[in-house]
Order: sequence, then structure tokens, then C-alpha cells
Amino acid sequence: MIETKNLTRKFGDVTAVDDVTFRVEEGEVFGFLGPNGAGKTTTVRMLCCLISKTSGEARIAGYDVGKNADSLRIRKLIGLVPDNVGLYDDLSAYDNLDFYGKLYDCPDAQRKENIQRFLTMLGLWEKRDAIAGTFSKGMKQKLAIARALIHEPRLLFMDEPTANLDPESAKTVRDFILELKKEKRTIFLNTHNLDEAQRICDRIGILNTKLIATGTPQELEKALSSGGGTRKTVVLLQEQATDAVLAGLRKLSGNVTTEGNKLTVELKDPEKENAAVIEAIAKAGGHIQSVTIAGASLEDVYLKLVKEGGGS
Amino acid sequence: MRLAKSWIIAAKDFKTLRKKKNIIYSLVVIPLLIAILIPTVIGYVGQNKSPAELVVLLPAFLFYYVILGSYLSTPIASYTIAGEKVEKSLEPLLATPTTDSEILLGKGIAAFLPPLAAVLGGSALFMLFMDLTTKGKLGYYYFPDWNSAIVVLLLLPLALLMSVQMNVIVSSRVTDIRAGQQLGALTMIPFVGLYVAGELNLINLGDTSNLLIIVAALIVVDVLLFFVSTATFRREEILTKWK
Repeated sequence: MIETKNLTRKFGDVTAVDDVTFRVEEGEVFGFLGPNGAGKTTTVRMLCCLISKTSGEARIAGYDVGKNADSLRIRKLIGLVPDNVGLYDDLSAYDNLDFYGKLYDCPDAQRKENIQRFLTMLGLWEKRDAIAGTFSKGMKQKLAIARALIHEPRLLFMDEPTANLDPESAKTVRDFILELKKEKRTIFLNTHNLDEAQRICDRIGILNTKLIATGTPQELEKALSSGGGTRKTVVLLQEQATDAVLAGLRKLSGNVTTEGNKLTVELKDPEKENAAVIEAIAKAGGHIQSVTIAGASLEDVYLKLVKEGGGS
Repeated sequence: MRLAKSWIIAAKDFKTLRKKKNIIYSLVVIPLLIAILIPTVIGYVGQNKSPAELVVLLPAFLFYYVILGSYLSTPIASYTIAGEKVEKSLEPLLATPTTDSEILLGKGIAAFLPPLAAVLGGSALFMLFMDLTTKGKLGYYYFPDWNSAIVVLLLLPLALLMSVQMNVIVSSRVTDIRAGQQLGALTMIPFVGLYVAGELNLINLGDTSNLLIIVAALIVVDVLLFFVSTATFRREEILTKWK
């Protein structure tokens, strides 16, 4: 659905997006993770034909992003939730959606049906006649999502859709994205919320001007572990860890921490080494409730890669 | 270019404008005030003037509405693009399958029709009140005549169109809405200049051929401005350089 090759954008001497190559398949939720100023918004703007690329190639559903003739076709295929919601504050929620539905050539019946459907899904149908300017941030964000979906685009770009939202609104938005995922829509999600990326995205690209890594969250975690990183085994004991238990474990790992009856042991390969951990605890007289492998978190991967890539 | 798209944008802007009370008041009150004040003043001053002197005075007054059209269109035209940018609503609009020309035409229509209706209504009232005031002195109804028809039906809409396009160009280029309004207000200057030139007898604004020359010049300027506005509308700069 999206294909870029050496995509680059410069603003004067400043390179905002540098030589970025990736693919997003149809029906996939692709997360673009990166710190502020990493070039996430610039990439989305280039892909939405809002700004031009300096060099490289980008195609959306086979259409060339740089070609004027293809630009309108691409914009018809996509929906955009920008980082600033950009609603018409003087118009009602219904009128905001109606306006965009008309611009996207939605036939009357379909437009009305979609307005009702999306406002209902997002819990805003009862507020359809209220002026958008009176909405809370969360409600505005939901309305912006409904606006981007009004013409049922094949590809949805979302630029930090949960940024600045309270936890409850953020959860509603995330749940809605998961609903869209079930409908097999292709979603390109810009975020710097690692938890969100891990929960929602099929694959993730880590961007810091350059694309540092791409893969599923699991692949990225695994890559970090195999690249000299460590993973964690978390053991819950029935009692507080004794000195004997800790001493036994420290023979296996240089990094053992304890917090109440919870033990965290850093290991290179927990799948192979956990048997030895269990044996060491039992030998020292400890009683195990549960053993889990925590692994390197996406946060670990992200921080490591961004740091290595010269994070801003 | 699809006119339907432009009309959708204009219709949305009309809806938004209805909520801007200060703009609505200025559209209604100022033309009405001129329509009442000038005939009232002429009613008093005209008592000391001969019919021949009055006939020289009257044509130039309609030029107030030409100037007023430019004045009234400035806040609306500046709002059309600069206002969208301030509300951050330009990015989703630009992401729709709409061309720059369609957006600019829609914005132009939205900034053109309300002031046009206001100045046409105002000038009709002005002519009516002026006729009522001067009939006794002149012995006939001065308005409407061919010259006033040219001013109201040709010159005024063309001047307004010029002002709107200049304002749209300015508001898509400047990075601040107030700067846009101040620069946009400068579009009144040519018409103020014409009025002053008329008062100084440098040009006879009561002469049909002079008025038609001005009309012809405005048609050329308006066509040129449409192409200039499309050529200077840089969606990329608007998105990346505006603060």
C-alpha cells in the first residue's frame, strides 16, 4: 500500500527525513516511532502529497507521490488525522463531517450514513449538533478521526492521535484504532507512545531522521537481545527472597534485583537458563509461585536505537 | 477545475461567517450608514447649491461604495486563508482531493458575495434616499442613470473582485493574520485615488467613456490576479513556514 525508496526531505540545510525506505502492506497497522523532530510529521505530509519530497521515491497504492497527476488520486484514497485536529470550531460536529464528506465526493446517502455510523461509534452522535468549539480535546480528536474516515479511505494516516489526551480519551481512541484494525484498514500511525505502538501496531519503524529499524515489536525486542542485550526472568516467590536464594541466583547472573517477594534476574537466554534458575531457588529452600520471561521491552529497543542513531 | 468543489468550500465559509457577528454588523451597518448620512448631508448642503453644481457632485458619491466594497472584503478575505491557518484547519483541507484553484475560487466566492450583496443593497438605498433628497432641487430623479448603472453593476463588482483576489494573495503569503489585514486594506488605495482624482477634476467620473475604460482595466487586472493568486498559492509554505 505504501512504498518508499530513499525518501528524503530537506528544509534548506536541515535534513528532516533522510533516505528513508520502507513498505507498508495492505491491511497492516504500521507505527512510526520517533522522538520529537525525528521527521515523522514531515514523512506523513510527503505521503499525503501536502509537501514535496527533495529526492527519493514514494508510492501509495501504485500512484507516484511526486506526480501532480497522481496527487488527487492519492488524496482521494487516504484519510488524515493531523497532529492538530484543525476542526471548524464555529460549525457543528455534523457540519464538520458533512463538509469533508462533500469534498471527498461521498454520495448523499453514504455520507449521512457514515456520519451517523462514525459519530455513534465514537460516542458523539448525541452531540452532533453541538458546536465543535465547545468540545473537549478528546471529543475533538474523535471528531477528527471521524472526519478522516468519512469517505472510508483505504489508508489512514494518524499523526500522534492520542498526544495530549487524558488517559480515558486516549484509551477510547486506541480502542477505536483497534476496531479499525479489525476492519483490515491500512493505518500509518505516528506516535512516540511506545506502549501504544506495541499494543496496536503490526510492525514498527523507528525513525530519527533516518529509519533506524523496522520490524514487528517482537522482532525488534529479539534483535536487541541477540545484539548483546539481555532479557529478564521474573520470579514470584511465596516468601521474601532469602540471602541463600539471592546468592544462588547471583552465580547465574550478575544482575539480580529483589522487591518484596519478586525477583528479577537478567539473563542472555532465559528459555535455556530458566531451568537453572528454578533449580537454584529450590536448592536454596525458596518456594516458587510463578516464573515469567519479560524480555527486552520495546522501550529498551527504542531508547537504545535512538541513542545509537544520534537521538535528538 | 470543478466549480462544485469551490461552491462547497464557499458554502462552508458562508456558514462560518454567519457566526462572526462583528463581520455581519459591519456588512450591514456601514453601507446603511453611508446610504443615510450622505443624502442627509446633501439635503442640507444642497440647499445652497444650484442644480448644475449638484449634478457634478452626485456621481462621485457612488464611488464611496466602490471603496467600501474593498474595505468590507478585507476582513473576510483575510479570514478565508489566514483564518483557516490560525484554526489549523488548512492541513486537513489541503489533504482532500481538491486543487489549489478550487480552494482559491471557493475562498474568493466566500469573500466576494457577502460584501457585494452589502454594497449593492447599500448603493440601491443610497440612490433611493439621494433621489428623495434632491428631487425638489433638480426637479427629477437623478438616479439611476447609465453611469450609475456602470458604476454599480460593473465597476463595483470588478473592484470588489480585485480587492478579494489581492487579499487572498496577501493572506496566503503573509505569516500573520493582522499583517494580512493591514496589507489587504491597501487594496482600497487605487479607488480612493480615483475618487480623489475625480474630486480634483483630474478625471471626470461622470463621463461614461472614462468609466468604461476603468471597467476594462479592472477586467484585465482581475483575470491576471486570478492566475497570480493560483501561482503564488504555495501549500507547502503555508504548512511549513506559518507560525
